[in-house]
Amino acid sequence: MAKKSVIPYGPQHPVLPEPIHLDLVVEDEKVVEAIPSIGFIHRGLESLVDKRDFNQMTYVAERTCGICSFQHGMGYCEAVEHIFGVEIPERAKFLRTIWAELGRMHSHLLWLGLLADGFGFENLFYQCWRIREKILDMQEMTSGGRLIFSVNTIGGVLKDIPADMLRTILSTIDEVEAELKTVQKTFLNDYTVQTRLKGVGVLTQDQAHDLGCAGPFGRASGINTDMRKLGYAAYPYIDFEPIISSDGDSYARCECRIGELFQSMDILRQAIAKIPNETDLATPVKGNPNGEYFMRVEQPRGEAVYYVKANGKPYVERLRIRTPTFANLPGLCEMLKNTELADIGLLILTIDPCISCTER
Amino acid sequence: MANIKRSPWLLHYDGSSCNGCDIEVLACLTPVYDAERFGIMNTGDPMQADILLITGGINAQNQPTVKQLYEQMPRPKVVVAVGVCACTGGVFKECYNILGGADTTIPVDIYVPGCAARPQAIIDGIVKAVDLFQKRLEEHYAKKRGQGRNEVSANG
Repeated sequence: MAKKSVIPYGPQHPVLPEPIHLDLVVEDEKVVEAIPSIGFIHRGLESLVDKRDFNQMTYVAERTCGICSFQHGMGYCEAVEHIFGVEIPERAKFLRTIWAELGRMHSHLLWLGLLADGFGFENLFYQCWRIREKILDMQEMTSGGRLIFSVNTIGGVLKDIPADMLRTILSTIDEVEAELKTVQKTFLNDYTVQTRLKGVGVLTQDQAHDLGCAGPFGRASGINTDMRKLGYAAYPYIDFEPIISSDGDSYARCECRIGELFQSMDILRQAIAKIPNETDLATPVKGNPNGEYFMRVEQPRGEAVYYVKANGKPYVERLRIRTPTFANLPGLCEMLKNTELADIGLLILTIDPCISCTER
Repeated sequence: MANIKRSPWLLHYDGSSCNGCDIEVLACLTPVYDAERFGIMNTGDPMQADILLITGGINAQNQPTVKQLYEQMPRPKVVVAVGVCACTGGVFKECYNILGGADTTIPVDIYVPGCAARPQAIIDGIVKAVDLFQKRLEEHYAKKRGQGRNEVSANG
């Protein structure tokens, strides 16, 4: 019987772009248990509702996370719009969908790059990030910001995407698709990559269901969950099916996210084809919000929940954000049991951790 | 060896940023912006790092970590605060858990503004940090040489 010892992992670690601390209980090279401790990036963002009114909170909500910043803003705005009971213009719904899917694409490409870096394939990491820059250029062209757009407002959006920009988006997607197909071959067919990913960090469907896993992490274990199907923004007008795999290992997670990249391109093409011509971009709201609402949106990492409670004052009474990585942490700790110590860095990356979201 | 220019190594730590500046720092190191052409290299080891890039403000839990990372770096060292949160605390300044910018805990040499800081601005900060590092390195060696002579004369 080997002796148990504890290895501290993080908060500063070469594999992790963000600080998270794990205490790994190991027997020889096998991890028996992983105990997470979080709080290194806790800011207390939700408490800012006392100091910023409900319009200003849109910009604070966007800064919950810099990667899925648009979708955080959108989630908060949709919640407040439901409290007001306003219907946003149709064109604004489609614009939100376009920006949300661009955000999902850049987030998944970022993750693919980090995964490649995690298993030591630096060239692939650079290729993914090179492709990602094209998406960032489109985000900058349409909104003015590379990562944080600030185009959401209560009742709609602030900026329009003109027809020539929409055409540029379509032609850029075609370029990205062609390049992604070559990168995809390496991720899915390369022998070395397969040995690092296949059968590593398996989470079964039952475990994933019991632990409440969300997003691509849950979908890779066979859980059919996609909040886009609830029909916010312009998703009811768009034809798509969640991408699900049943293997539950690291390879399935990689496959799921690559599938979602192509799906996002498809959604973008559909949205651009169906976008109505309107000049109105935002429905003005009057007075202060009064009531509460529970909004669920599908972010690149999974389901995010926005709970807003207002009491007729300019300052919202309570804002609660639950982010996908927080839901996936129990799944991560379960998955890390009985794995090799050398795989830990890679396995933490496969849930696509966003610690800034988690700790807010 | 004093006359040979060194390649400064870079350490990146995420204080309590929203992730925006972190991924822009990483984007700087990838081929499109390619900050490595200025002779720097990214490392994950504070003991081998010369330049510390810090993003995000300081909170109660990460303060000891930031202090430890700074102390583990060999002298001379340069600190670059990337993004408005690392400069002053930014949009989160009034949050209960934020103590302020990076300069509340460690001495900061270069401030890079922006929310999120653009790669061009980060590269500008890195280039300034490389120059400052070379200057400090020369001063460091000059001081060492001075000490050496004093020892010789004292012994002689």
